[in-house]
Amino acid sequence: MKVLVAVKRVVDYKVQIRVKADQSGVETENVKMSVNPPDENAIEEAVKLKEQGLAQETLAVTIGDEKAQDVLRTSMAMGIDRSILVKSPNSLEPLAVAKTLFKIIEKENPDLVLLGKQAIDDDANQTGQILSAILNWPQACFISELKIEGNKLLISREIDEGIEKLETNLPAVLTCDLRLNTPRFASLPNIMKAKKKPLDVIDISTLGIDTNPKIKVLKVEEPTKRKAGIMVNDVKELIEKLKYEAKVI
Amino acid sequence: MRDIQREEMSYDVVIVGAGPAGLSAAIKLKQINSDISICLLEKAAEVGAHILSGNVFETKALDELIPNWKNLNAPVKTKVTSEDFLFLNKEKSFKVPNFLLPKSLQNHGNYIISLSNLCKWLGEFAENLGVEIFPGFAASKLLYNEKGEVSGVQTGDMGLDKNGNPKDSFEPGINIKGKVTVLSEGCRGHLGKEVINKFNLDANNKSPQQYGIGFKEIWEIDPEKHNLGKIIHSVGWPLENDTYGGSFCYHAENNQIYLGYVIGLDYKNPYLSPYDEFQQFKTHPEIKKILSKGKRISYGARALIEGGLQSLPQMHMPGALLIGCDAGTLNMPKIKGSHTAMKSGIIAGEVINKYLSQNEDLSIYEGEFKNSWIYDELHQARNVKPSFQWGLIPAMIFTGIDQKIFGGKLPFTLQHKHADHDSLVSAKDSKKINYPKYDGEFTFDKPSSVYLSGTNHAENQPCHLLLKDNDLTTNYTLEEYDEPAQRYCPAGVYEIETDSQTQKKFLKINSQNCIHCKTCDIKEPSQNIDWVTPEGGGGPIYSGT
Repeated sequence: MKVLVAVKRVVDYKVQIRVKADQSGVETENVKMSVNPPDENAIEEAVKLKEQGLAQETLAVTIGDEKAQDVLRTSMAMGIDRSILVKSPNSLEPLAVAKTLFKIIEKENPDLVLLGKQAIDDDANQTGQILSAILNWPQACFISELKIEGNKLLISREIDEGIEKLETNLPAVLTCDLRLNTPRFASLPNIMKAKKKPLDVIDISTLGIDTNPKIKVLKVEEPTKRKAGIMVNDVKELIEKLKYEAKVI
Repeated sequence: MRDIQREEMSYDVVIVGAGPAGLSAAIKLKQINSDISICLLEKAAEVGAHILSGNVFETKALDELIPNWKNLNAPVKTKVTSEDFLFLNKEKSFKVPNFLLPKSLQNHGNYIISLSNLCKWLGEFAENLGVEIFPGFAASKLLYNEKGEVSGVQTGDMGLDKNGNPKDSFEPGINIKGKVTVLSEGCRGHLGKEVINKFNLDANNKSPQQYGIGFKEIWEIDPEKHNLGKIIHSVGWPLENDTYGGSFCYHAENNQIYLGYVIGLDYKNPYLSPYDEFQQFKTHPEIKKILSKGKRISYGARALIEGGLQSLPQMHMPGALLIGCDAGTLNMPKIKGSHTAMKSGIIAGEVINKYLSQNEDLSIYEGEFKNSWIYDELHQARNVKPSFQWGLIPAMIFTGIDQKIFGGKLPFTLQHKHADHDSLVSAKDSKKINYPKYDGEFTFDKPSSVYLSGTNHAENQPCHLLLKDNDLTTNYTLEEYDEPAQRYCPAGVYEIETDSQTQKKFLKINSQNCIHCKTCDIKEPSQNIDWVTPEGGGGPIYSGT
């Protein structure tokens, strides 16, 4: 089995996000960037499958500029075998990302595609779903457990009512929830080894897909600041305030 | 746990800390001989993320190291265009005419930079030369060979729980051996502290080391009030006359100002809160004027060296060098340490090359250091800080005479009297200070500040602030000094709480808030707190600061 993992480079989750002065987006200049956290779960799962002898080859793919190589090196330091950077000058919408991945999948023929459930920057939660539709492969989203028996995938996902159990066949697209596993630390010797693992660069213009944005961002604003609360003396006052001032009841 | 098999890697040179000193040493070595293998460890998640500095930058050392830096898009771009030096009292400010300022305080030709960005750039430069840089790995222990010489470092274990037991993600640290180890952890590095004690590197020091705590905030201000390249320094209010310190305000790119405050850690009143002095400073009319309609976008704090030449330990020892502010090369009257740190690294590179290729001893570092401009600079500067033990005004007058008339060449050297942890007066003999409430516009509480620093430590890991004696926190520091850690810690790590059952007070350590400034390790009156490295990658994120 061959496993392909899609990885996105995002502003680190610990960084306090700041809107650019011209309100065209969020500041990414001189800001610490990292692997999108749920993508780390996808990487970990792929590496585990390889360690269990279920996968023969693991491959990570990202789309971005030259700097996006660092998330691929991180993936390979965690244990992914090789990786591909699809070089794109612009950041892409989920549809274009899915089309790009489709082109790579056509070439690489993986049996299983793992993605993070969503990226923490745009929270779109669309790429995996669109990709499965384009591929016409089964999908399972937000998976929290994965077992593979032959060609069969046994999947658990956490839903409001409890745990949903699904079963499907390879090939498939799965998006990973944070509960799926605990991503490992990349050890120093493995980071060294990752520097020597193959990293191919493909220019997105050679894939022949339409990557033009379908959505125009007009303005990005910070959420309005919450006003300070007030203390009320009794329930009566609270109800009055809710009724006549806040007008919510 | 004790018997873990640790992997081992060997290099010619192991460098701890990717600051200006360590990076300069690495770059210099590779420039001399690209075959020398170098491993550089950095505890921050990326190079530059634990670098916090003003910074008005003198390019002298960078000119020597990378002469064509201007053509390489180095993040050194904003020239100083004008400067003011102010005396503040509560309502007013008095400008000192520039012709009266000593040369060390004149910044013509210098640049306003983010040192974090410069280090990131130097890191990329070093990697292109073949230096292997590993961010996210803390050098937690020193390794010694059978002769007792430093032989490398051990990286910290990753994935231990709070009791020190391995979690699922456990990844043991590895031993990294080097023919030479370079310690460049910055002010009060925990390995630096160990070697200073072990090899008695400060045995010949005339004075104990002196420290300060520096704060920095970045504000995006009203473009109409922004004056690119302007720098302002001040002394006076809100500090009392007997406390050493002052402010900086640098107009940097993108309508930002770098606003900060430095306070000597030799202050005497245990009720003094450096954090609150800084917050209060921002309410001065002169500063409010600049900040109004502005927005604070980052916060950080870091201890810095103030001792100068008379407190500088020996910088070489068997198998290792101690450079930059891990030793203490900052030039206090200039309020600059980046160029001297870089120079100390350049010299280290040259010395290590001679050690590896010509069998010279590492002790030649001392001679090379004395023959360089860094020594002349520190020698000229040596009397300024100790004169402040006489109070602000006498010190300013003395400094004027010493620096302006004699050019720092007076035939005597003033000494620092006490180590900083010895300077506190008992709480019962001290005046309580009531700091004003935070207004949420110019002044802010510690939690919201720490939030801006991006500080994070993996949950459920061993506490990295070790107490030598648990009881001292209540029966000594609390009783005698009303636990000054509550106030000197700029991140609210230390809190006194009352046990709900026994009604006894105890010290609570919120180590996950720690912004790695090292102030507690320095100022704790009984030297009870030992700052060691937490899991690699933790701490603040000062990238771009």
